[in-house]
Amino acid sequence: MQHIYLGSYIVPYPYVLFLLLLPFEVPKIASLFIALLLGVVIDLFCNSSGLHTSSALVAIFSRYYILKYVSPRDGYDAAVQPNVYDMGLQWFITYAGSIIFIHHTYFFYLEAFRFTEFFSVLLRVILSSVSTFLVCYLLQFLFYKNQYK
Amino acid sequence: MRNLIAFLIKHNFIVLFLLLQVIAFWLMVNRNGYQGSHVLNTSNAAVAGAYQTAANTKEYFALKNENDILANENAMLRNLLKSNYAAIPLKSYTLKDTLYMQQYTYTSAKVVNTSVNKRRNYLTLNVGKNQGIEKDMAIISPEGIVGIVVDVSANYSSAMSLLHKDVSVNCQLKKDNNYGSISWDGSSYEYCLLTDIPTHSRIKKGDTVITSELSGIFPQGLIVGTIESFERKQNDPFYTAKVKLSSNLKKVNHVYVIKNKFKNERDSLETKTQTQLDN
Repeated sequence: MQHIYLGSYIVPYPYVLFLLLLPFEVPKIASLFIALLLGVVIDLFCNSSGLHTSSALVAIFSRYYILKYVSPRDGYDAAVQPNVYDMGLQWFITYAGSIIFIHHTYFFYLEAFRFTEFFSVLLRVILSSVSTFLVCYLLQFLFYKNQYK
Repeated sequence: MRNLIAFLIKHNFIVLFLLLQVIAFWLMVNRNGYQGSHVLNTSNAAVAGAYQTAANTKEYFALKNENDILANENAMLRNLLKSNYAAIPLKSYTLKDTLYMQQYTYTSAKVVNTSVNKRRNYLTLNVGKNQGIEKDMAIISPEGIVGIVVDVSANYSSAMSLLHKDVSVNCQLKKDNNYGSISWDGSSYEYCLLTDIPTHSRIKKGDTVITSELSGIFPQGLIVGTIESFERKQNDPFYTAKVKLSSNLKKVNHVYVIKNKFKNERDSLETKTQTQLDN
């Protein structure tokens, strides 16, 4: 994915989708280790030791609080998955949008690690979050095509 | 103690999250440490192998472009051939080759992976220890400078690209030899910032920037780029210039790794002097 170049301010990281689509019933502790593993693999390929690991952990950590916040009144159904087909577009925008934004804010500020670049990093966070969300949204049509047609 | 354990069990999710986060930070802080840089980067054989396959496919589609660049360079080198020069009609002309020692040697290499959109960008090359590559060697493309080797494995090496937060290379203006240093501000892969050019320099748009002897890694006189614009901030005794890089770091494919044969000698002398002065 790092070979897709859309200007230096739009840097989508669609691997977050993997964390977004983890089923509801995966235990909290297991999901932390899944995020750790995913982060380490991404770090290996991006030459950024620890950066993606840390960000993926933040993403999965925030996921639980956001899931609680956006849950329906009677809890989640046993059969549904956290994707756009089962939960609807509006739910997905709040759910994925906020996790992606948290992940990207944390990631890009940690990457730059300088306050002199505050506004250029902010621009990067906003544009990249939007592009990641769009990519994540479209990727779901690929993965779930057979299941729902 | 019992209360502490009960507390930890009750909040196991947060505790584990913090614990793993500490591991992640440890990896980040140790990025320059030997273990950190050796395990978690793209000169790792498995990762580099995957990138090699991808690069081979990509290279096939870029063949035409790459041919043009190499053909141009061939033509340039052909111009330097001995047979192009008329012999000097002097009877007592001897060239004492032993007077010259080769200082820089070049190894050709292929880039198997590169990125331009992060704050720290790296290249992976398909040459390593077996081909005589070492840490701190310079990397250039036929068009200009590219980066510096930071880690080598048996057959691959990973290098910091010029587009890296922590890289700064000593440069000079070609026309009046004023020194400055070049670094990347993270905005675009085509431009770098040249700082610390003294204000008495008559800098102009379009001036050529070349590497200087001071860098110790790059040979002197390699083209870096041309001045695109420059400014002087208030109360600042130096110019800051925007430099358009002559090499396209996004498309870079064939590169040369340069070994400075005198580097060890120079470094040991410099550190020796430094420690003597400090004591």
